[in-house]
Amino acid sequence: MQQIINFIIRNKTFLLFLLLFGISLALTIQSHSYHKSKFINSANFLTGGIYESASNVSDYFDLKTQNQILVEENNKLRSLLLNQADSSLSNVANIDSSFYGGRFKIQTAKVINNNYDLSKNYITLNKGEKHGVKEDLAVITSKGIVGIIDNTSNGYARVLSILNTKSRINAQLNASNHIGSLIWNGASSDMVQLIDISKFAPVKEGDTIVTGGQSSIFPQGIPIGTIESFVLDISGDTYTVEVKLFNDMTNLSHVYIVENTDANEIQQLENPTDE
Amino acid sequence: MNSLTTNSIIRFFVLILAQALIFNNINFLGWINPYPYVLFVLLFPVNSNRSLFIFLSFMLGLFVDIFSNSGGVHAAACVTIAFMRPPVLKFAFGMLYEHQSIKFKNTEFGNRIIYFLILILSHHLILFLLEIFNISSILLVLKKTLFSSVFTLILCILFSVLFSNRKS
Repeated sequence: MQQIINFIIRNKTFLLFLLLFGISLALTIQSHSYHKSKFINSANFLTGGIYESASNVSDYFDLKTQNQILVEENNKLRSLLLNQADSSLSNVANIDSSFYGGRFKIQTAKVINNNYDLSKNYITLNKGEKHGVKEDLAVITSKGIVGIIDNTSNGYARVLSILNTKSRINAQLNASNHIGSLIWNGASSDMVQLIDISKFAPVKEGDTIVTGGQSSIFPQGIPIGTIESFVLDISGDTYTVEVKLFNDMTNLSHVYIVENTDANEIQQLENPTDE
Repeated sequence: MNSLTTNSIIRFFVLILAQALIFNNINFLGWINPYPYVLFVLLFPVNSNRSLFIFLSFMLGLFVDIFSNSGGVHAAACVTIAFMRPPVLKFAFGMLYEHQSIKFKNTEFGNRIIYFLILILSHHLILFLLEIFNISSILLVLKKTLFSSVFTLILCILFSVLFSNRKS
């Protein structure tokens, strides 16, 4: 017993090092596995507050480009509105407004911290549980998708960016209904990869990729990017497609959080709890 | 001694904030970021309690991790260089360190660069190994380590020259 205590006292720095290194290694491994990174994240009171006050200042340097983006979006929406008047679709939309208005709930949020140079990138938003933001809500901009909320605190939320090697999002070709998974290989901040597209799909360079209707997170048809190049896999069954994003992920400020109010119902239907 | 302690405490918080708000967003050429917060570990007073030093380095790394959503990679890297600092000090400064009389502002410039370089390289290597966590992309790890290390080294030397108080 005496010897054990002596040993511990003699090697206390080494043991302390081992302990702390073990803790950090455990945290690292936890952050690499998908559903577990709960402890160490920037969506908490302290870091969220600091990031918010910093972004209050830095926002002013970016006002011009953000205004430009908002004007472009207004322009698009207004042309949509004006051109819709003589389309027969408008009547349907008006009659069934309860359905269109009820399925997706949208609220705006501001990006207060944005990473894009690591292999696992996250974005912090200034909306949290007290604004009704929950896990697994979609985050988009006027140009395309941004990511999925994976962690929330009272006043802040963390988004798993599409520029994260853990991210997997259901996507499809705009021209046909062939679906695949959108992943990121960590190489470039404006290219993502679409895998598992069937070899029968009409893949063409320059075509648009949109979100698929298979997931209950994203609404169908949110634009993602255009096809830059594609190769047939070694197995010969599926295409791997390089997608150039519409969104400039390095310059995000105002984003929309989209909540599918039917998500719970769909999930319950798909996974009956029989455990 | 007292002013040294206050100095270290201020340095701890200032470096964390600077790292989170400025240096994490530099993205030179799109992917090179410096990590000059290791300056806290590099310039910590030599003849102080070693356990305390290792623990403080861990906290430093953990705070940076919380800010940059990276699990525990910074904490692991910081703890490791804090642990391996004495042998590196001995290697870089030789006799001075043996006599426990080392003061960083009195050391020779060349020695100081060697000391900084070894610790920064080890820190970045561990950092990127754990962050990418994929042995097949070892080339990417080495590339990031090399470029970020050079960037960090330059910033560290600049800061240590700029903020050294000349009255001794």
